[in-house]
Amino acid sequence: MQKRFISIWFRYLKTDWWIRRRPMLHDKPFVLASPDHGRMIITAANKLTQKQGIDIGMAVADARALIPSLEVLDDQPETSGRLLNGLAEWCIRYTPAVAIDPPDGLLLDVTGCAHLWGGEKQYLTEIRKRFKHFGYDISIALADTVGAAWAIARFGNNNRIIESGQQTTALLSLPPAALRIEAPAIERLEKLGLRQISQLINMPRSALRRRFGPQILQSLDQALGYEEEVINPVQPIEPYQERLPCLEPIVTTTGIEIGLQRLLDALCHRLQQEQKGLRTALFKGYRMDGKIQKIEIGTNRPSGNPNHLFKLFEDKIESIEPASGIELFTLEASKVEDLSTVQEQLWGNQMELDNVELSELLDRIAGKIGGHNIHRYVPAEHYWPERSFKEASSINETMQTTWKVDRPRPLQLLSKPEPIEVTAPIPDYPPMLFRYKDKLHKVIKADGPERIEAEWWPQDGQHRDYYCVEDEDGYRYWLFRSGHYDAAKSYQWFIHGFFA
Amino acid sequence: MDTAKANIIAQLKKDILPLQGFKSTWNSVALDGIPVAIKNAFPNAAFPLGAVHELIADSAENATATFGFIAGILASIMRNVGACIWISGSKSIFPPALISFGIRPDKIIFIHLKKEKEILWAMEESLKCKGLSAVIGEVQDLSFTASRRLQLAIEQSQVTGFIVRRNPRSLNSTACLARWKITSLPGQLPEDMPGVGFPRWNVELLKVRNGKPGSWQIEFAAGRFRHIPKIAAIHQQQQKKTG
Repeated sequence: MQKRFISIWFRYLKTDWWIRRRPMLHDKPFVLASPDHGRMIITAANKLTQKQGIDIGMAVADARALIPSLEVLDDQPETSGRLLNGLAEWCIRYTPAVAIDPPDGLLLDVTGCAHLWGGEKQYLTEIRKRFKHFGYDISIALADTVGAAWAIARFGNNNRIIESGQQTTALLSLPPAALRIEAPAIERLEKLGLRQISQLINMPRSALRRRFGPQILQSLDQALGYEEEVINPVQPIEPYQERLPCLEPIVTTTGIEIGLQRLLDALCHRLQQEQKGLRTALFKGYRMDGKIQKIEIGTNRPSGNPNHLFKLFEDKIESIEPASGIELFTLEASKVEDLSTVQEQLWGNQMELDNVELSELLDRIAGKIGGHNIHRYVPAEHYWPERSFKEASSINETMQTTWKVDRPRPLQLLSKPEPIEVTAPIPDYPPMLFRYKDKLHKVIKADGPERIEAEWWPQDGQHRDYYCVEDEDGYRYWLFRSGHYDAAKSYQWFIHGFFA
Repeated sequence: MDTAKANIIAQLKKDILPLQGFKSTWNSVALDGIPVAIKNAFPNAAFPLGAVHELIADSAENATATFGFIAGILASIMRNVGACIWISGSKSIFPPALISFGIRPDKIIFIHLKKEKEILWAMEESLKCKGLSAVIGEVQDLSFTASRRLQLAIEQSQVTGFIVRRNPRSLNSTACLARWKITSLPGQLPEDMPGVGFPRWNVELLKVRNGKPGSWQIEFAAGRFRHIPKIAAIHQQQQKKTG
């Protein structure tokens, strides 16, 4: 495919930016200046000022003589680079390969992009319109080579789109400065009366090299398309994704495992360089018949350990159906977080909950049998036993309140209190006998009651009077009576737990 | 003369142990919460960590006593730091109660699984994780192969494992280092004071590798186990009968 490049030239890059920042400057002549050898030298001038003959490189004092009302602003040298970078990143909407062309231009590799906007003309119009809307006065050109596009953008007159292969004719009438050569060389060409590229294009190459150095030949070749020129795209934020196309369709588990291992190694290498770890990853296999097979894993904490991630995937590999074969594997880290560096313990065998090995273990268990089976509990501000603890949302969640230690609690609690039959003296004594699961227990010792009121705000219900009782075998139970003794007999006895 | 002899015999016993294939395990924690009487049942008078202990519980009540015993030991292993994994078939453990045994419940990760196969798998994986204080698992049956796998997992990581067998169908031989049975005993209160008193258990060490099986009565009070000599207990009972 024939390469196509766009060169964008910002005529008044810095001053346009200032106008964007301060709209009141729009109709005023102003310049940017920076000190040089004890004088203020103009580094950028806006359109109005340039029309009146003030140019870059002039001293501010001279410019003031021409326009007394001239406003002078301090120039920061790093502005233009930062600005171009930002604009280049914005231009990624038009093509993935955008490079900055200091001091005041952008280069876009638009090979195979223009048809998405309905043709090259519409493409250029769209870009120009957008920049104009932003307030930037740009000059734009589209050609087969970077050099030609650059030259047309800055020195061309009307035709901004150079048809494929036409760059030589388009360049002929342009001055040698359009070749991106150094100022001394341009001066020398000028002195010799070489005012157009057409005059030097047919000169012997050895003569050109001898007189003007090798650079002019290279620039000429690059502009005409005899020599390839690569642009250096600004680094956009790449998604954390790796691809592995296969020469032959993969049908075996071993093949899939090898593919996965390679992708993981590549992805983890990148993650490690960027000090990041992934939380979720998606492994996809594109099958010959167009179907996509995918498996997904998640981790408790950011991880960049290929072995661990491979283990997590390993349990799920068998769910991939290769059918007629998989021709492309991709691995995508959909959630990436910064890796908090863990200080390795040199000694000491005890480890805390935020240990890497432990979270890797929990990932494995969660991957195989489901994360909903893993629980960690923290105390909750409730007296009602069932509500006195709650599930922690994460392994690192800290406690909001402390565990209550004042009252004895049974080590095993029935998830739902079971009704029992009792013989109990009234009004508030522990039972003498109770029957649980068809076994009669004679109460020898008892402790209580401990009254726990029903918390009316989450639910209705009666209070509970808890007793810890011990039967003749030494077994200890947690019994309670729900409600008061009254004529309506609305009370009921329950067993709720076992003490150790 | 006799002491010299006893010393020689003790030294010889120590020398014989490695010949019998006994490996001294990681035991940096003093475990001062465990009575000396129980420790003496083990080789070198040290409670073996980095091994699998099998505990038999034949009813819900005894299972609770067993958990209490484990919790007491766990408290001295964890000492408020470290992490522990508790794998069970149901959500029966009441986390706030663990605080009375000196364990921070938020340091324990509970895994609730239905199938025994999954429990054993999770336990094996957990036991491979170096640095865990302990792993507790609840199953009904434990085949010799399964116990062997657990033991093998431990050999690298030196984690302590407790496997509670609730209502086991058969007491087959396993590769576990020790087999315990904990049953509840009636609490004792001085002079018929009201209340229920401290929990008291009968701890039976049914099997132990290279050690002496035995049975003790212990009480859990003030955050540590207290050994109650049997003679005294019998004496008390006799006193009661006569008096």
